[in-house]
Amino acid sequence: MHELAIAENIVDTVCTRAAGRPVRRVTVRIGALTAVLPDAMRLCWDLAATGTAAHGAALDLDLRPAVVFCRACRTDQRLPDMIPLCPCGSADVTVTTGRELHIVSMEVA
Amino acid sequence: MCEDGPVVTVTLEERVLARNDDLARANRELLTARGIRAINLMSSPGSGKTTLLERTVRELRQPVAVIEGDQRTPLDADRIRAAGAPVVQVNTGAGCHLDAAMTRRALDDLDPPPGSLLFVENVGNLICPSLFDLGEHARVVIVSVTEGADKPLKYPYMFAVADLVVINKTDLLPYVDFDVDACRRHIAAVNPGATVLTVSATRGSRLPDWYAWLSGGAG
Ligand SMILES: [Zn+2]
Repeated sequence: MHELAIAENIVDTVCTRAAGRPVRRVTVRIGALTAVLPDAMRLCWDLAATGTAAHGAALDLDLRPAVVFCRACRTDQRLPDMIPLCPCGSADVTVTTGRELHIVSMEVA
Repeated sequence: MCEDGPVVTVTLEERVLARNDDLARANRELLTARGIRAINLMSSPGSGKTTLLERTVRELRQPVAVIEGDQRTPLDADRIRAAGAPVVQVNTGAGCHLDAAMTRRALDDLDPPPGSLLFVENVGNLICPSLFDLGEHARVVIVSVTEGADKPLKYPYMFAVADLVVINKTDLLPYVDFDVDACRRHIAAVNPGATVLTVSATRGSRLPDWYAWLSGGAG
């Protein structure tokens, strides 16, 4: 369950940045190409935040799809899975979104 | 509005694993400065990883040191030590992966000699370790022919980050239903840049390819 480790990382960061103020809400961006499952993140969140300045904080997830730019047909394509392949058949693609794992913002009281 | 004042939104835009990535970069710089090449070895349990390592320790003409991230028992570490390499075992507790901080503590204990090859044997699973940079120079995923040839499609995160995929236990191919070409296609589908080697660690077949890759500075 690496989502717990991920959640603990987020709690550490926001608590440090909050400098003692209570954290009410945290927004995290997760790309579909990271091995982080949104449901598992939500499950781990309260556990990771318990007893910290982020205790009881809401977790908002900004989920980003996997999108590649195909150099063969020069289009952006949303991937249905983890396989970096354009529907035109070309594998000459660059991932444009889907690898994000960022703490976007937080609300502090 | 609650009594402790107005709520303020603070923009962070910070990588979740920034701290781990910073520690990993420091590890990599330390290792590189000592001429040590570090390989992050990942697989599911039963891939024959320890047998491959034992043999590598005995046969490679270069000092080898090992960080063992097994959750279960010290048995694997004992086998590597018996083969002649210094080993430090990392207890990850309930954790399903090693991180850069654990790797640093293990490095300080192990103190691998300059010019050696360092294997970091990650915890046996094919999902979590893919997220955590340890400070390695290359990532190797080991699968065996007793697993499904579709493993790369089931665990794409792991295969997508591999520099090298080793398909092990080829001596068992006559007895199992494993399509090597299909496996190679699946690996290429999720990671077109990955090198693929087929070996039998128990028989020693095609291990020279593995040793050549290790000394070639690829990745
Ligand atoms: Zn295309």
